[in-house]
Amino acid sequence: METITNYSEDIKTIKRIMEESSRFLSLSGLSGIFAGILAFLGGFAVHFLRLRTQDISLLKYEVVAVAMIVLILALAGSFYFSIRKAKSKGQKIWTPVSRRLLLNLFIPLISGGFFILILYFENHWKLIVPAMLIFYGLSLVSAGKFTYSEVFYLGLAELITGFLAAIFQESFILFWVLGFGFLHIVYGLIMYRKYQG
Amino acid sequence: MKTDISGLNKLFENRVRLGVMSILIVNNSSDFNDLKESLGVTDGNLASHLKALEENKVIMVNKQFIGRKPNTSYSITESGSLLFRNHVNALENLINSR
Repeated sequence: METITNYSEDIKTIKRIMEESSRFLSLSGLSGIFAGILAFLGGFAVHFLRLRTQDISLLKYEVVAVAMIVLILALAGSFYFSIRKAKSKGQKIWTPVSRRLLLNLFIPLISGGFFILILYFENHWKLIVPAMLIFYGLSLVSAGKFTYSEVFYLGLAELITGFLAAIFQESFILFWVLGFGFLHIVYGLIMYRKYQG
Repeated sequence: MKTDISGLNKLFENRVRLGVMSILIVNNSSDFNDLKESLGVTDGNLASHLKALEENKVIMVNKQFIGRKPNTSYSITESGSLLFRNHVNALENLINSR
């Protein structure tokens, strides 16, 4: 009987190591909820700015400032909640797989950043939110291979939202709130319930 | 290679070796320090098991320089992948047959 317990221990160890060495499992659902709430606030801020003037090009600095603040706070939040979750589960945060996750996340994300800078300087205002959603979606799809599969599906949903936003360019605030607010909160709640944290 | 009647492979009957194989089967390659960090074993212990796996041609060693620092990385061979999968299947069969 003892050898059988050893065998099942072996199998458990094999599965755990295979999973831990190929996927980063300290992502927290709270990051998604936090990012979603920030995006809602950002969307409201831009909406109220817009009530002052219909000409969005007059608001370019304010709108870009809001987007940057939301992005930086959301990233900071996701690092904070991941580190907290890793610590509580006694896992390491800086591992070969987390490095690969970040690399695969940041290649499309930084490409998107540069592309959006070009859109900004060339005055293609209406394409900025669609481009943000599309590049963010691609980042998640590419990073999704190294973490929970829900991240991959969130990426696909962001991509679809991005293309819809590119078609209905006038409603960019709606799609911003939908993509960065609503989808993040739904994703965050699912993750929080499914993986306890 | 020693394979007993149930398909278990003597070569893999060790925690460190199981760990190395589990990592390499899901990753293209992994270097010595990453393996050491993931498995939490000492240099000497890991090195001796890697040598045994290498001698049985279930893993390949790739030595290169990153800048001026030598870097040794390991990857699974085709036969290694097959043998390890058989070993895991045999383990599962043994557990399920009870």
